[in-house]
Amino acid sequence: MKRHALSTRLWHWLNLFCVVVLFMSGLTISNAHRLLYWGDWGFSRQQAWLEVPRFPDWMTIPGYYSLAVARDWHILIAWPFALGLLFMWAAMLLNRHFKRDIATSKREWRWSNIKRDIVQHLKLDFDHGDGKYNFLQKLAYGLVLGVFLPMMVFTGMAISPGLEPLLGWLVDLLGGRQSARSLHFIFAFAIFGFFIVHLALVILAGPFRQIRDMITGGRIDEA
Amino acid sequence: MKRRGFLAVLGAGFVAGCNKFADSDAGSKLLGAAEKWHKNAHEFLMDRKALAPEFPRSAISPFFRGNGSVDPQNGDYPAQAEAGFADWRLEVRGLVEHPLSLSLENIRKLPQRTQVTRHDCVEGWSAIGEWTGPQLSLLLDTAKLRPEAKYIVFRCADNLNGQDYYESVDLIDAYHPQTIVAHELNGEPLPIRNGAPLRMRIERQLGYKHAKYLTAIEAVASLDDIAGGKGGYWEDRAGYQWYAGI
Repeated sequence: MKRHALSTRLWHWLNLFCVVVLFMSGLTISNAHRLLYWGDWGFSRQQAWLEVPRFPDWMTIPGYYSLAVARDWHILIAWPFALGLLFMWAAMLLNRHFKRDIATSKREWRWSNIKRDIVQHLKLDFDHGDGKYNFLQKLAYGLVLGVFLPMMVFTGMAISPGLEPLLGWLVDLLGGRQSARSLHFIFAFAIFGFFIVHLALVILAGPFRQIRDMITGGRIDEA
Repeated sequence: MKRRGFLAVLGAGFVAGCNKFADSDAGSKLLGAAEKWHKNAHEFLMDRKALAPEFPRSAISPFFRGNGSVDPQNGDYPAQAEAGFADWRLEVRGLVEHPLSLSLENIRKLPQRTQVTRHDCVEGWSAIGEWTGPQLSLLLDTAKLRPEAKYIVFRCADNLNGQDYYESVDLIDAYHPQTIVAHELNGEPLPIRNGAPLRMRIERQLGYKHAKYLTAIEAVASLDDIAGGKGGYWEDRAGYQWYAGI
């Protein structure tokens, strides 16, 4: 049996590309107005809960300040990002990847289990747990797939004025348009945080095999 | 290993690749097409007359920020402002059967719509205000559009960075019930920073579509021959999307 299903591998690399483009063009959009607010409205420092630093050009798409070009990239790549996520969820439910590998059992939420898992991570011992993934991995992948990435889509749609007649309830649920914009920013950085940890753990766990398997599918040893 | 240096090189290479793609024929077509996909999706998902959310008066923000031109100094605008806009005229012209020239008094006497809506700037900020004015559909029906008319162009008094501000919408947005020619903000005549004496409200799109200092409403068949041909001041100048509902 392959370690990673074809659907997982295709989505993984598509999603990496999309997230990188969306994040970097998003930094340009953030530079256009570096204040974040809660509620429906906000337009000056007086209402802001956070003043975001200006992100340097080398971190951004298109690499110089152009809100128009950044928006072009952002709204183009939003399509494969959102549809790709939908595809991944359908595939995960159909091939039982979600139920088998990511969904957690009540037993795993016991503090003793979580503690053991944390200790083993700190010892850089990654070959543990009964299933394919240990508890912290399940939690991380579950959060990214189930909360962070979908919230990017939902908060993004909630900021779009053309969709408001349809999604007014969603904007209200998120606490108003400026709250949705703040959450869009927060979840973007939550994904960035995941990206850094994920990258670090891949490097520590043997980057060659990890990356090769995410391309070819790899093999699960039946031993 | 100098990780920062490595990451910067990787990042720069990626951005260079993206820019090369954007500059290619296929790339620029694809980037332009995304705007249409969103517009089509919005039109597929919603009725053309679906309303933007309206708020109670208690939700009005204590100040309504101005952006772009906030105090035009070109042409006779300063003199008109000095005179309280007593001689201001709004023309309805172009592909219409009966061109109109309306005074502010004429406009105030028409049936009015009042709406408390949220204004979203492309930069990211929002403000809430109460706007009052006649629906654009009323003016267009009075002037009677000719069948060739496809777009409505808004001509403005302000000259920004050497170019006259203008904007345009299709007939869907022109006939939207919340598309009004506003002359009041929060029950008072429009302040100069918000577009006195008349401005458009295009509630389902971003702020730069809401043309201020309105002098004429022009029905046209094509946007190609107007200014830079992209349908608006920011569209021509900086490449902003013409459909600003995203």
